[in-house]
Amino acid sequence: MTFIIAILTTIALVHGAAAAEPTPAPECDVPESLIPVQNDLTRVGTEIKDRHRLDISVVGSGSSVLTGPDGARFAYPALLEEALRKRLPGNEIKVTLHVPTRQTTADMAAGLPKILADDKPALVIWQAGTVDALRGVEPEEFRTNLDQGLDAIATAGADVILMNMQFSPRTESMLGISAYADVMRWVTEQRGIALFDRLGIMHYWSDEGIFDLYSATNGYAMARRVHECIGRALASQIINAGHLDAEKIQTTR
Amino acid sequence: MAMASPPLAVTSERDLRLDLFRGVALWLIFLDHIPENIVNWFTIRNYGFSDATEIFIFISGYTAAFVYGRTMHERGFMLSSARILRRAWQIYVAHIFLFTIFMAEIAYVAATFDNPLYAEEMKILDFLKQPDITIFQALLLKFKPVNMDVLPLYIVLLLLFPPTLFVLLRQPNLALAGSAVVYALAWKLDWNLPAYPNGVWFFNPFAWQLLFVFGAWCALGGAQRLAGVLRSRIVLAVAIAYLLFAFAITLTWHFESLDRFVPGWLGEWMYPIDKTNLDVLRFAHFLALAAVTVRFLPSDWPGLKSAILQPAIRCGQHSLEIFCLGVFLAFAGQFVIAESSGGPLLQTAISVLGIIIMIATANLLSWYKGIEGRSPLSRVKPPDADLAGGEA
Repeated sequence: MTFIIAILTTIALVHGAAAAEPTPAPECDVPESLIPVQNDLTRVGTEIKDRHRLDISVVGSGSSVLTGPDGARFAYPALLEEALRKRLPGNEIKVTLHVPTRQTTADMAAGLPKILADDKPALVIWQAGTVDALRGVEPEEFRTNLDQGLDAIATAGADVILMNMQFSPRTESMLGISAYADVMRWVTEQRGIALFDRLGIMHYWSDEGIFDLYSATNGYAMARRVHECIGRALASQIINAGHLDAEKIQTTR
Repeated sequence: MAMASPPLAVTSERDLRLDLFRGVALWLIFLDHIPENIVNWFTIRNYGFSDATEIFIFISGYTAAFVYGRTMHERGFMLSSARILRRAWQIYVAHIFLFTIFMAEIAYVAATFDNPLYAEEMKILDFLKQPDITIFQALLLKFKPVNMDVLPLYIVLLLLFPPTLFVLLRQPNLALAGSAVVYALAWKLDWNLPAYPNGVWFFNPFAWQLLFVFGAWCALGGAQRLAGVLRSRIVLAVAIAYLLFAFAITLTWHFESLDRFVPGWLGEWMYPIDKTNLDVLRFAHFLALAAVTVRFLPSDWPGLKSAILQPAIRCGQHSLEIFCLGVFLAFAGQFVIAESSGGPLLQTAISVLGIIIMIATANLLSWYKGIEGRSPLSRVKPPDADLAGGEA
C-alpha cells in the first residue's frame, strides 16, 4: 500500500512541477544523421534541372493531415510545398494529396497504380505503418504490401521517400509500432531508397525538449508547428538527396 | 525406459541459479516494459537476439516439471493435473487483475489526452467505446493490451502441460521431439491463436511451447544428459561465436551507420527476427546464452548463497506475484514519466524504485510464507509443492 501512496505522491508532485513549466520556444533543426543523403533522388534532380518543375504525390493516412478547420492547409504536405517553393524559386512545385484516414498499407499499395497514372509524380512520399499497427496487421504481411507498392512506384519511374510513424509517447504502451518501424527501415535499406525517419526525428525533438509531445493540449498550435517542422525537414531531405542546392541550380540555369 | 514404473529423474535439490536468473529476468521485463526508459539500455535485448522472455519461459518450464513432475510421479496424474490447472487459474485471475489496472490507465489517457497531433494514434482507444465486447474478449484472452501477452501464453502452456508432463516422465525424448514437431508445424502452417480485434497472439503458444517443454525436459534429466555436450570446448566456442555474432548484429540496429556492414543476403535470410513465433535465431541465442552460463556458473557456486544475490533469487522464487507487480509498476512508472515529461534522471529513479519495490514485496511474501508454514494451525503440506517457494 505504501508504494502505491508513494507513487501517487510522486505523480502529484512531478505533475505539478511539469504543469508550471512553460513550453520551450520551438526551433526544430534536425541533426544531419537523421537526414540521410546517400539515397539519391535522381528523378527529382533531373525534373528540376530539365523541366523546372516537381510533382509530388503524398500517399498516407490520418497522420498526414490535421483535423479541424483548414487541417490540410496546416499539415506537412502543404507546408512542404511552401518550403520547397521558397527554397527552389523559379520552379513549379505541386504537391497532390492522397490521404484518406484509416488506409492500411495494403489499401495504399492497391491504390498506387492509379495515383501514379493520374498524377505522374516525380516523387512519391509514402507515409505508412500507423494504421497497420492499429489494425494489428502482421509485420510480414506489412512488408509484402510495402514491396508491392514500391514495385509499382519503381515501375512508374518515380522516386520515393518512405515515411514512418509519428513518435507518440502517450500511446506507446498501447500501440506497438516498433515491429513496423523495423520493417520499414529494413525495406528501405534493402532497396536503397530513402526513409524519412519521422519517428526518429520526432523522438529527437522530444528528447531535446523542442516539443513536449507528452502534452495533453487540445489546441492546434503545437500540432501545426510540428507539421511545419516536418514539412521543412522533408524539404531539406528532398533538396539534399536531389542535389538541388540553390547555387547549383542557379548556375545551370 | 520401462513404461510401468518410470524412474524419477528429477533433481532433488532446487537449483538456485534458476531462481536467480528468473529474478533477473523479471527485473528486465519490468524495465523493458517502460518504453521511454534510459535504463533499458542495460537489458539483454540490446545485446543479442533473445531477451528476458526466453529466460522466463524456459525457467518456468523447468520449475513446472520440477514441482509437478514430482507430484505426478508420487501422487498420480489426476492430482498433479488438478494442481497444474489450479495454477493456470491463479495466473488467469492475475491477468484479469492487471487488465483492470490497464483499463483504468487507458481510460484516464482517453479522457485527458486530446492532442490533435495524435488523432490517428488515439484510435487505438476506440475499443473503449465498446466496453461490453472488449471486456468479454479480454476474458477470452483474445483482447490483450501491449505488454500483457506473457501471462496468457503461460496459461495456455500450463493448460497443455498435464499430458505433456505425462509423456515427459515416460519418454522425455519423445515428448521433446513432439514439441519440436508442433513448433515446426506452427511455422509451416501458420498456426496461432486469434486475437481481438484482429491479428494473432503476440506470443504464439504453438511456437513458444518448445522453450517451455525444453525447460521441462532439462528438469527431468535432460540437463544431466546434456552435461557431456556442455563440457565440450567446441560447443563453448560455437556458443561464444554465436553470441558475438548476435551482438554485432544488434549493434547495427542501434547505430544505423553500421547497417551497411550487414551483407544483403544475410539480412534477407535473417530478417525479420520473429519474436511472435520464437525465431530459430532467438531460440539458438538463448541456448548459447544458457550453455555459456551453465559452463561458467556451476550450481554449487558459493556465490549463490551470498547476500548480494538474494534479492534476485527471492524475486525469482515468487515469480507470478513479482511478474504481475512488475507489469503494474511498469504501467505506473510509464504513467509518471508521461505525466511529467520526465527526463533520464526520473527514468532512472523510477527504474531503481520499481526494482526495490519488487525486492521488498518478494521478501514480504517469503516472510508471509514462513509464518504460514510455522503456524500450528496450518496443515502439514505435501513436501512437493512448496520447495523453497518453488512455484512453477
